[in-house]
Amino acid sequence: MNARPGLAITLALGVGLCAAGAVAANAGMSDRTSPGPHASVQHGRYLVRAGDCMACHTASNGAPYAGGRAVPTPFGTIYSTNITPDPDTGIGRWDGDDFYRAMHEGIARDGHRLYPAFPYPWFTKLSRDDVRDIKAYLDTRTPVRQRDIAPKLPWPLSVRSAMAVWDAMYFDAGSYRANPEKSAQWNRGAYLVRGVGHCSACHGDKNFAGAVDADHPLGGGFAEHVFAPALTGGQRDGLGQWSEQDIVDYLGTGRNAITTAAGPMAEVVSQSTRYLSKPDLRAIAVYLKSLPAPPQDDVATADAAVMRHGAALYLDNCEGCHRRGGTGEAGAFPRLRDSSAIQAEHPDTLIATILRGDAVPATDADPTGLAMPAFGKRLDDDDIAALTTYIRQAWGNHAAPVSSSDVKDLREKLRHPG
Amino acid sequence: MSVRDSQDGKHHGRGDTPRRTSRRNFLRSVLTATPALGLLGCTSNDGSVQGRAPVFFTPQEAAFIDAATQRLIPADTLGGGANEAGITTFLDLQLAGAYGRAERWYMQGPWPSGSDQQGFQLKYTPAQIYRDAIKRVDAHCRQQHGKPFAQLDGARQDELLHALEQGKLDLGDIPAKTFFTMLWQNTQEGYLADPAYSGNRDFAGWKLIGFPGPRYNYVEDIEQFGKPYQAPFVSLVGRDPSAYLRGES
Amino acid sequence: MARRERPVDVVLVGFGWTAAIIAQELTEAGVQVLALERGEFRDTVPDFATDTIQDELRYAVRKQIFESPERETLTFRNSADQTALPMRHLGSFMPAAGVGGAGVHWNGQCWRFLPQDFEIRTHTEQRYGKKFIPEQMNLQDWGVTYDELEPHYDRFEYLCGVSGTAGNIGGVKQPGGNPFEGARKRGYPLPPLKRSASTMLFDKAAREVGFDPFPCPAANASKPYRNPLGVQMGQCTYCGYCEWFGCGNYSKASPQTTILPVLLKKDNFSYRTRCNVTRVNTDNTGKRATGVTYVDVDGNEIEQPAAMVVLCAFAQHNVHLLLLSRIGTPYDPATGRGVVGRNYAYQITSSVDVFQKEILNPFMGAGALGQGVDNFNGDNFDHGPLGFIGGGYIALWNTGGRPILQHHLPADAPTWGSGWKKAMHDNYLTATSIATHGSVMSYRSNYLDLDPTWRDDYGNPLLRLTFDFQPNEHAMSDYLTDQATKIAQAIPGATHHVKKRDGHYSIVPYQTTHNTGGAAMGTDPTTSVVNRYLQSWDVPNLFVMGASVFPQNAGYNPTGTVGALTFWAAEAMKRYLKNPGPLVTA
Repeated sequence: MNARPGLAITLALGVGLCAAGAVAANAGMSDRTSPGPHASVQHGRYLVRAGDCMACHTASNGAPYAGGRAVPTPFGTIYSTNITPDPDTGIGRWDGDDFYRAMHEGIARDGHRLYPAFPYPWFTKLSRDDVRDIKAYLDTRTPVRQRDIAPKLPWPLSVRSAMAVWDAMYFDAGSYRANPEKSAQWNRGAYLVRGVGHCSACHGDKNFAGAVDADHPLGGGFAEHVFAPALTGGQRDGLGQWSEQDIVDYLGTGRNAITTAAGPMAEVVSQSTRYLSKPDLRAIAVYLKSLPAPPQDDVATADAAVMRHGAALYLDNCEGCHRRGGTGEAGAFPRLRDSSAIQAEHPDTLIATILRGDAVPATDADPTGLAMPAFGKRLDDDDIAALTTYIRQAWGNHAAPVSSSDVKDLREKLRHPG
Repeated sequence: MSVRDSQDGKHHGRGDTPRRTSRRNFLRSVLTATPALGLLGCTSNDGSVQGRAPVFFTPQEAAFIDAATQRLIPADTLGGGANEAGITTFLDLQLAGAYGRAERWYMQGPWPSGSDQQGFQLKYTPAQIYRDAIKRVDAHCRQQHGKPFAQLDGARQDELLHALEQGKLDLGDIPAKTFFTMLWQNTQEGYLADPAYSGNRDFAGWKLIGFPGPRYNYVEDIEQFGKPYQAPFVSLVGRDPSAYLRGES
Repeated sequence: MARRERPVDVVLVGFGWTAAIIAQELTEAGVQVLALERGEFRDTVPDFATDTIQDELRYAVRKQIFESPERETLTFRNSADQTALPMRHLGSFMPAAGVGGAGVHWNGQCWRFLPQDFEIRTHTEQRYGKKFIPEQMNLQDWGVTYDELEPHYDRFEYLCGVSGTAGNIGGVKQPGGNPFEGARKRGYPLPPLKRSASTMLFDKAAREVGFDPFPCPAANASKPYRNPLGVQMGQCTYCGYCEWFGCGNYSKASPQTTILPVLLKKDNFSYRTRCNVTRVNTDNTGKRATGVTYVDVDGNEIEQPAAMVVLCAFAQHNVHLLLLSRIGTPYDPATGRGVVGRNYAYQITSSVDVFQKEILNPFMGAGALGQGVDNFNGDNFDHGPLGFIGGGYIALWNTGGRPILQHHLPADAPTWGSGWKKAMHDNYLTATSIATHGSVMSYRSNYLDLDPTWRDDYGNPLLRLTFDFQPNEHAMSDYLTDQATKIAQAIPGATHHVKKRDGHYSIVPYQTTHNTGGAAMGTDPTTSVVNRYLQSWDVPNLFVMGASVFPQNAGYNPTGTVGALTFWAAEAMKRYLKNPGPLVTA
């Protein structure tokens, strides 16, 4: 499967494990730990997939885990680092404690602070054993000699020690602590969602410094110019209407009875969540379904002329697959009526899908990768605004209208990513 | 997709391959290829046929096509004719493009003539056939009636078209029937093809017969036996192809 | 000097239906497979997106997704006493170019041949006697039986998600299906398509005259479908753009919508596009293929070594390659000896246009949305008093109502002018047409060989087609047309325009792309090119796929049988790869 432009996770600030040219130069014996026992390596691979590490730590057409992938952030461009076991340019000389400190505290082997584009604010929740297994797996990868690229950030962010301030303000190191009032299954789900899965990195609202709102961590957020919808219990734009099975199906296959994965989430499914075990998917579902619904704001009713324009465009462009009434086609094309993805607080994902087209992730179980063509050339900004407004308000959907300038801005951003 | 792209057959993902420029450029290239590039959206009215400067036709040829196609598909109580439907422009662009140049045809000699069953065996492209045939028909009209085809009255024009259809005019190397068949076939195309090709203006041809255009979902309609289908006419370029062709949408 | 590529286990010439099936089957068996395709790669999105593909002028009229005769064509004549002339542009048939082959542009009419079709000589002699067979007719058994092919028909139908109503499951007749079909082990994977107004008219009329109508089998998905490979199809939306078009909705079975999502991911499969194979190479014994030579898009000649070669191109291209490569003995019509190019056949079609009052909305349709009768196909009726061999189905296909090519006008309508306009206005929504689709047998005088005069872009002689309809076929087609007319007459308030297929075969009007033969399969090397496993008699590591192996043509669209034969041959190839050598001793 081809990697799409756009990463599975986006954070306000660059990518972690930035050795940034500061590779330890001490010669002598490698203290690289030898690959762990088989079970540990296997479990490590499972966690590495669950964390989707490869997506960020592999450049387009680059060697796996050798880093070098540019991650545009609002603050500048950061490059992911080499986490292959190469002793000089990778993490071959790191021992278990070095690696745990990076994962748990966001501090590299040589003591410099990492940028939180590396999701240590989530990975800090991981148990020591899990971190050990991740390292054990990474140690089995082919060492690649590839020096890291220095981030392109403005002062003062370019000064690593500035991250100490950020950490002090927004970061608390600490392993996951089970909630004794909840089931083991719920706790397992919470551990995965809040830890290695780092879901709120995308699905959470970020403050001006790029830190996720700790009080409402899964209320929806922007990622790579698209909006990652709320995973809380909202009936309209959250997971309120999803069953546990819907969540299991979605994460396991990229599709369920309600919708199909699109955009960056399609990549997350195909590279990460589809490899999770059924019990873990179920645990995630149990945890997510326990999240309460936030209060819902009223939305403005769209102008009748806009709705007419949107309805005409829907008939001319969309109805073949998504069908009359937005019912979609179970087993093939996603439903638009009564869909949380369509009614998400921000319409950016919907607009981006129309502009660029999209494909359902192709998996071994679902190899087809049913695709939608791009309409960005055929429809102008007014058209797409009317169409998305219509889709968000027709058939009982109830989400805010979309303006032409929303479409224009997003079109521009997608044209010049970063 | 270049051969190099596909050497290992694994580059079927299209993410990196620029597939289309703009829809309009794409259509233009298909329709007209280089000579007409940029002219599809031209709105200058210099007194030429149908408000557009012809790309392929000379003014005399355009006048012939205007007149002949309007006899083939006249304006009448059922609606506009060939001129109202923009067929001269359609033919002009087709003849200026790949079709006019017979780009996909096998055009290697020798060129013996054959039986009807063996089909087209002329060494001329459609563009050359139109050019030569129009010149010869007009010469015939001048000789017989003192003016070119376009200036004759309708009844006389019809007579001449019937003569062409029956192969009764001498057009030199080009059998009159061959020219007539091509002209009539292309005229129907201009009347019934998607308006994106500059003919079938305002859906003239589709409105006449009741074809709604390239719609894409009749799941709920196909079993509505005997009921007329009501959705508005649509083209590959939307509901207002004229605006699209003017570059306004 | 040709560049030499790294050897592969198996090279496939062409990348359409048969190549996709062979590649899928052999890669599963662990073999390294390479397909060489002369056209381009294309897929549902973006190539068949609905804002692109629903363009009658570009695809159906200007024939944009078909082979371009500019580069290679064939020459044609009705009989050996004429000079064959090049087919300058496409007409009577439309071979495809590009990944997916004709599987991209077909209608999806997915039939099984009748059991007797495969044993037609034996069957005819038994029922009507040897003398019933015209002297010039090369009537041949196939060397494979319907019962042997049944599991492979089943595999192809389940691969494609065929929609239909079974007529005979395990010998038990099923209501609503084709009562004449061979026994199938289970029903179709999907229920039949919705009916349209015109197919309803046909159904009622056909019943009224005592025939047995049924919904024609359609590789257009009546419901969302997931095939045994896990590949998904969407429900057909009856948009009316199947034949000559790719499907924008994943609804029509094609290599793209049934196999490629799985195949293209495999490490032991690869393909190259814009590679035109010009030779199958053999070693100095002439008994072993060493690979193929092709010309790439830049005009470079490249040698591709392979341990096994499979010809998966369109029927006459396979034959052309065999002739150019001097594999097998070319057919000599003067002596009747030789086999390559022998047994060329086609189909004979006719129609009865129907004009009535009810609005039919012909533009709502699907490529294989049809109601048919099989009462006059194969030997489903007594040929004794009729004196001809063969038959065909009669069907009302509601493939679409594309305005340039799919309008029907009464016989007396003016050909142009206001009268033409009025006829168009009055009839487009209410006219329909009943088609007959008849078999064509093979004859001594119908064959393929190399043209002495004209050459293709690669400097090779063009293929020469010598073909005409024979009295047997005209008699059969006229009879079939008469039966179709009876159905038309039973439609209330209707007038008809009967369009018989008169006179010589013409390469000008479109008839059908069901060209067959030239590399016939069989049990006797003196009358066939390949054995019953589609393996060359002369070069055992060469196999030939597709309709080129039909010894004569039956009265159905061939794709279902081509698919079944391909699965059948793939099984044989797996045996061959384990133990190379002739699979049948001559």
